Amino acid sequence: MSEPASERPTQHGFGRALVAVYAVFALAASARSIYQLLTKASEAPVAYTLSAVAGVVYVGATIALATDRRRLAGATIGFELLGVLGVGVLTIVDPELFPEATVWSDFGAGYGFVPLVLPIVGLWWLHRTRPRSTP
Amino acid sequence: MTLPIAIVVAVLALAAGAVAAVHTWRRTTFDNPLFYAVAVVELALVALLVGGSVALARTDRDVDGVLFVSYLVTVVVIPPAAVVWGIAEKSRWGTGVVALAMVTVAALVFRIHGIWEGTVV
Repeated sequence: MSEPASERPTQHGFGRALVAVYAVFALAASARSIYQLLTKASEAPVAYTLSAVAGVVYVGATIALATDRRRLAGATIGFELLGVLGVGVLTIVDPELFPEATVWSDFGAGYGFVPLVLPIVGLWWLHRTRPRSTP
Repeated sequence: MTLPIAIVVAVLALAAGAVAAVHTWRRTTFDNPLFYAVAVVELALVALLVGGSVALARTDRDVDGVLFVSYLVTVVVIPPAAVVWGIAEKSRWGTGVVALAMVTVAALVFRIHGIWEGTVV
């Protein structure tokens, strides 16, 4: 799983701040979903399950970025981008599917659209710090 | 947990965040003024945790206590965590972490106020 330490690890420089923001969202999304699933799982199973998935994805992305695991970071951040776009569209097309808000509802509007911007910044950062292809 | 209290704490956090952002901009390393600014915010958050818990025990209103206290605890943990994570970074983004954390604290304080008022579930 662990790849050789790269020249420009993902957790330094600007990456330091990026990991911090991911950590906040990992905490927010997973804590929220644990609370929702424990207290009122039956009210909105789709929304709460989605919150849990989002929480796991953010935790994975945080760990991957903090430890320079590029493949895992790419997978989780890519999933995150698809998630926020997919759920964003669904919440507009069929609001009844998500009676309770999740981090990704309405493209993350409840969180100042940070959930929409974050995966784009994350993928840019992975691209920016990619290992140089040396022959 | 009245609105004026939330505003005071959020303003303190944003002020400390502004100090940190100036450090980030000027590429200055973590120094004493920034440390004191964050320490003031941390003291305010500890006071909020204590005061909020006492107010929760005394109120007759229907406040979601578990949610309320878990947010109060979370917001107390954020500044030290940000300082530890940021201080190890030698580039300008070490203090950038602190600036972001202070904005997060300000946002969370308003959310805590919302939970207290029952407007956030």
